[in-house]
Amino acid sequence: MTTQIIQTQWSVWLDDFGHLGLTDAQGLRHEQVAPVRAFPLSAPREHWSLVSANGIELIWIQNIDSVPVPNRFLIEEALDAKEFMPEIKQIISVASFSTPSTWTVNTDRGETQLILQAEEDIRRLPRRALLIMDRHGVSYQIKDRFALDRTSRKLLDRFL
Amino acid sequence: MNTEVTITPTLATPLIPLWEKRLRPELDSGENALAVLEVDLDLNGQFIHSLLAVTEKQLFAWDTHKNLWEKWALSAELELRVFDYAGIGTLELRNKTTRLAHWRFTLGHHNACLRLVERFHTELQFLLTQTRPEDDNDLLCPTCRSPLNSEEGECPVCSRELALPPSTWTLFRLWRFAQPYWQQLLTGFLLMLGATAATLVSPYLYMPLMDEVLIPFQAGQHIEPEKVGLYLGGLMAAALVSWGLGWAKTYILALVSERISADLRTSTYEHLLHLSLEYFGSKRTGDLISRIGSESDRISVFLSLHALDFITDVLMIVMTAIILFSINPALALVTLLPLPFIAWMIHQVRDRLRTGFEKIDRVWGEVTNVLSDTIPGIRVVKAFAQEQREAQRFREANQHNLLINDRLNKTWSLFSPTVSLMTEGGLLVVWAFGIYQVSVSAITVGTLTAFLAYIGRFYGRLDSMSRIVSVTQKAAAGSKRIFDILDHVSNVPDASQPIVLNQIKGEITLKDIGFRYGSRSVIRHLALNIQPGEMIGLVGQSGSGKSTLVNLICRFYDVSEGAINIDGIDIRSLALADYRRNIGLVLQEPFLFFGSIAENIAYGRPDASREEIIEAARAAHAHDFILRLPHGYDSVVGERGQGLSGGERQRISIARALLINPKVLILDEATSSVDTETEKEIQKALDNLVKGRTTIAIAHRLSTLRKADRLVVMQRGRIIEVGPHDELIAQRGAYWRLYQAQLRTTETHLEDETS
Ligand SMILES: Nc1ncnc2c1ncn2[C@@H]1O[C@H](COP(=O)(O)OP(=O)(O)OP(=O)(O)O)[C@@H](O)[C@H]1O
Ligand SMILES: [Mg+2]
Repeated sequence: MTTQIIQTQWSVWLDDFGHLGLTDAQGLRHEQVAPVRAFPLSAPREHWSLVSANGIELIWIQNIDSVPVPNRFLIEEALDAKEFMPEIKQIISVASFSTPSTWTVNTDRGETQLILQAEEDIRRLPRRALLIMDRHGVSYQIKDRFALDRTSRKLLDRFL
Repeated sequence: MNTEVTITPTLATPLIPLWEKRLRPELDSGENALAVLEVDLDLNGQFIHSLLAVTEKQLFAWDTHKNLWEKWALSAELELRVFDYAGIGTLELRNKTTRLAHWRFTLGHHNACLRLVERFHTELQFLLTQTRPEDDNDLLCPTCRSPLNSEEGECPVCSRELALPPSTWTLFRLWRFAQPYWQQLLTGFLLMLGATAATLVSPYLYMPLMDEVLIPFQAGQHIEPEKVGLYLGGLMAAALVSWGLGWAKTYILALVSERISADLRTSTYEHLLHLSLEYFGSKRTGDLISRIGSESDRISVFLSLHALDFITDVLMIVMTAIILFSINPALALVTLLPLPFIAWMIHQVRDRLRTGFEKIDRVWGEVTNVLSDTIPGIRVVKAFAQEQREAQRFREANQHNLLINDRLNKTWSLFSPTVSLMTEGGLLVVWAFGIYQVSVSAITVGTLTAFLAYIGRFYGRLDSMSRIVSVTQKAAAGSKRIFDILDHVSNVPDASQPIVLNQIKGEITLKDIGFRYGSRSVIRHLALNIQPGEMIGLVGQSGSGKSTLVNLICRFYDVSEGAINIDGIDIRSLALADYRRNIGLVLQEPFLFFGSIAENIAYGRPDASREEIIEAARAAHAHDFILRLPHGYDSVVGERGQGLSGGERQRISIARALLINPKVLILDEATSSVDTETEKEIQKALDNLVKGRTTIAIAHRLSTLRKADRLVVMQRGRIIEVGPHDELIAQRGAYWRLYQAQLRTTETHLEDETS
């Protein structure tokens, strides 16, 4: 009950440039705020934060699912526009087994190529998930590496 | 840009034919695509390619959903802005009141994007004012905008990015290291040939021994002692010759292989030392150590023992086959029967073995990593009483190691006995076929005996050869990991034709530099000119990029955008070692090597005299405490300077920087871990030393910077204020706030002390 009241005290809006803005509980307006997640990998729906343009935290959100709808959609949309973490569904081919190696992969965002700079850029996450950082800093996720198809698994295995 | 240039769309940038076909009909005559950008994401974050192009009159963007060009005529209110976050860039077209459109792309296209934006704004300016901004005379690379060395023509940054991945035939690449020893290798090979041939003589003598001595004896004939003596003597001689040759060969080749692997090790290490900090940042220490240490050793073992054995085996098999065929082709054919099967099997397991061994190597690196993590951090481990946890981590790494080994051993353990089984089977077939041949009098008993003797060797060799498969794959895996290092090109490449600077003056110009660690943008649009001999105080919040800026000036990293010039010359066109010799650096975390204090102070100039060392130590106010140590300057400090306090370490590192008498002195929090009293002393020393040197000093205690000619206040990778202390105080800006805050804390301290 009380949480509901606290959460309705602030609201977010979009400005003319499509950027997210925030009116906080005191009625102060903040331009260009950005949602960030404290645990994007281990707890993606919890512990969100809205930070100002110069990186100061304005609002702490324990769980995004508990935020009422218009606000939540706006925040999620803003996060979508900012965070980009395609999930690899299939590894189609790799140019070489030694790094740097160019991989052609199929992701939930379509087919693309990534350059793996070093084997260390593949990070093991709990629950058989992997995070692959490509040369330009895009992170690709593999949710469950044993759920990939055989060829992908074999190719991937050469780098683990 | 004074001369009018006409650029055809194809020349401006290599347009992909499809885009060219789509764009060309849209352009008026005389209108050119001056800059293009291929964006690879749509607004829903799907990987869909689209194109943006700037012409003299308008901005084009392909709408991938409607399949048509969107156009905006250039006009005064338009503006393009770029942002980036976590590997994704966003380009925004806006007018005064709203956002008109935006596009997203992965950062691989960032430079193209910056070029497009720049071009967009110059064209816009030209349309409005008919003037173009004065162009820098520097030659810039058309693709990445880093300065070109005019003689080279080829951009060092771009050519580096195109570096091909190393090939997989790594074992043969060891030839590069074997070449210097080709004479010894050839001698060894000839000796081996002789030794192998000699061992093959004896079975040949079995034939006459059987047919001319034993069988006639059974048939009732007398044994001729001379004949027997001759044959036995032959056997003896063959054995002795093969022993002698074998000894010489093994000795020579073992020497050579040891040298080859030593060369390999030293060149790998040498290469490693020249790699950039970025490389070290991305690698784990344990992994690197295990690569250089144990894997080069494995290659040496392979070269000295197994590669030789392998060649001997091949020789033996070929020679035996020739002999067998010359004695009896039919029998020989039967003998060779299992060969194709074995070859097939080897082929089957080889790949699995190699990838398996590669894995084992990596896991081994993992195990070493745990060690190299915890041993330097042992104080933290103990302080938090986490010995159990670390032991568990090590046990887990080992467990992982076991698991992978077990998996591989499953394949491996099956392989060897299978080869044995096949050879046994082969032997059986030869016996059967041989008995049949003897029974029809096609061959003599002597021939069969010789055959069986040869075959015993032959199959034995096959067996050992198949064993080598594993060792070979191990060595191949190891050399791949070593060549991984050797093939890595430094991210701060040494100029190929360096400009020689004899005496630098110390003028440093930062020209609109930008820098990112991976995808994280840390320095943005930073420009600053530092006069020779000027002292700059760099202040700003923690994480504002001060140390990063210093890293860039030292060229530990190369800027991603813009350029850093010293005395007007881009530092990328100077020889690295020459350049760094002019810089004295005192770091935030001083590092000392294992060795005496004198050696540590003289690290940058090993030839410095004792007087010079003492002078530098005095200047750094380290002399007194050094004298208090039991062995004075000869006292040994442990790894990372154990046995000294933080402040003492820092003073030694100051002395080390002073000794090389640098033109540029960089102090990154050089006095942060000394007490106020000592700091004052060091300060006095530094005040003298900064005279005549360009100095960049970073400090959180603003009082340290009171001698600075100018203060530079940084915030989130940008300079927000520059000027002398008094001026900045008068401005009442960020510096003033910092200063006030510090004044307050010192006051409260004082109050605390008095109350
Ligand atoms: N090797 C690295 N990889 C990625 N990011 C880094 C690396 N080194 C520093 N950073 C980041 O770059 C930013 C600037 O760091 P820098 O060390 O330059 O700060 P600083 O101004 O020296 O701070 P301090 O006063 O605490 O020393 C920080 O946000 C830091 O997290
Ligand atoms: Mg720092």
